[in-house]
Amino acid sequence: MASTLTSPRPDVDTSAAPAQLVIDQVHRSFPNPEGGTVDALVDANLSVRPGEFISLIGPSGCGKSTLFNLIAGLDAPSSGRIVIDGVDRAGQQGLVGYMLQKDLLLPWRTVVENVVLGLEISGVRKKAAQAIARPLLTTYGLAGFENRYPHQLSGGMKQRVALLRTILFNRDIILLDEPFGALDAQTREQMQEWLLDLWDDFHKTVLFVTHDIDEAIYLSDRVFVMSARPGRIIAEFEVPLSRPRKPSVVTSPEFVALKADARELLNGAHTTHTTSTPSSEEGTVA
Amino acid sequence: MATLVKPPTAEAQPTSEGSLQELATLRRTTTPPMRRRRSEKEPRGWFVAALRLGVVVIALVGWELGVRAGLVDPFFWSQPSSIWETGVIAFQSGDILADARFTFTSTVLGFIIGVLGGVAIGLSFWWSRAYALTAEPLVIAFEAMPKLALAPIVVLVLGLGMTSKVAMATALVIVIQILNTYSAVKAVDKDLTTLMYSLGASRWQVFVKVVVPSTLPWVASSLRVAIGLALTGAIVGEYIGSNAGLGRMIQYAGSTYDIALIWVGVFTLAALSMALYLVVSWFEKRLLSNITHTR
Repeated sequence: MASTLTSPRPDVDTSAAPAQLVIDQVHRSFPNPEGGTVDALVDANLSVRPGEFISLIGPSGCGKSTLFNLIAGLDAPSSGRIVIDGVDRAGQQGLVGYMLQKDLLLPWRTVVENVVLGLEISGVRKKAAQAIARPLLTTYGLAGFENRYPHQLSGGMKQRVALLRTILFNRDIILLDEPFGALDAQTREQMQEWLLDLWDDFHKTVLFVTHDIDEAIYLSDRVFVMSARPGRIIAEFEVPLSRPRKPSVVTSPEFVALKADARELLNGAHTTHTTSTPSSEEGTVA
Repeated sequence: MATLVKPPTAEAQPTSEGSLQELATLRRTTTPPMRRRRSEKEPRGWFVAALRLGVVVIALVGWELGVRAGLVDPFFWSQPSSIWETGVIAFQSGDILADARFTFTSTVLGFIIGVLGGVAIGLSFWWSRAYALTAEPLVIAFEAMPKLALAPIVVLVLGLGMTSKVAMATALVIVIQILNTYSAVKAVDKDLTTLMYSLGASRWQVFVKVVVPSTLPWVASSLRVAIGLALTGAIVGEYIGSNAGLGRMIQYAGSTYDIALIWVGVFTLAALSMALYLVVSWFEKRLLSNITHTR
């Protein structure tokens, strides 16, 4: 069922390491207002190694957000297990960093006060938390903005603050739900670079949701393709591009080939309306 | 200049081509009427102030002249000159200052108790859906009831002193404050609370760090309405039965046909009301800009 392109990263062999996050036969259905149930997520299986960068792509309504809510413990699966570091954690909150689509900064808090929110909740004193955060704000492009309020920041800056808040929550796994969806193309590119830097420095395990095939391939070690109604994972492929990756990699033949494959898988995922993409341009490269 | 580029599908759809041509000709023939750009300049501050003062002066002079010309009956309406004389006497004797202080104190106490109590009750609705669903219709029922009609009972129970006036002011303020705060609680961004829970926050942490700060702007912007209601409550309490206050003074003047004294009371009340309003507006602005930072 899953068309897998197997060519592991040559530099690091993480396949031997135990999985940090395992989604095991997870199923989530919601009661339908007209009676019966609607399946939001069916038969989800996923295994993520420590330090891996995973992307999930798929059409709207494919259950990506449902899956993230389940991993974050905000929702409990109807059946199946969510195993974090070897323990079934279904329904438990506060174990992973979760960045939602909107930046969700508290408007009455300054940048530094927003960034330490996670630490503060886990019981670190405000002053101590801010002492940890300030140098990081300087390193990661927010120098001089520490005492600004969110309404004084640009969209890209807000996303940086939100992402740093997620990192500073200090969990091994972070979930990013379309964090750059609302940004313009140039800011988006800068943010992708910036995210890869952070990922490199903090050794996080990242699960990334996006609609953008380029973004998924450019950032990830592995990409999972999901389909809608009911939401399910239909395919998985590795991204064998070496790291660190330069933005110019998007024009390389390997990248273009991967993109063509991904597009095909994704078109298969659109069960309701099959979009007829002109295959004359990208289709021939593979 | 406006040459029409023929779309590739034009042959297949002759009607569409016709419309396009028509639009192109319309564009050439119809010219928008020339219109001079109207300026909307903000008038100068002193000019506006002078106009306002002018309106008041004209009204007072007209009133006085109307009485002297026999057009206005001074028995019912009094006249500015005798109102002024009565006012000077009232202020010199100090009676009216004591009354104003009584009304001021009961208004401010009712305002504070009403706002704090209303906010506390409104916020408490966040903690339990069942509790909120039970209490909300009861509060709305109380809001719908003309609370001023309760004044005789309140005065009977709590006496002619200040307590009954404070109670009336509180009753008027607390209800709208509960409903306003509960609206604010319901409007708290669900995604913000979701974020807090994803960070492992307890309900108390969500309440303190998100719910309370989110409701503050709502509370701040309801304060001006609340101060007006508090004054109304206090005055009505005094009308029903009181041993002091501007309301009692006006009531007394009315029963003795001392129209000039009524006007003195009304103008003093207006000044008091304006002063309270200005202070509360200033406080609201400070609260909004310094505490909430939501502009």
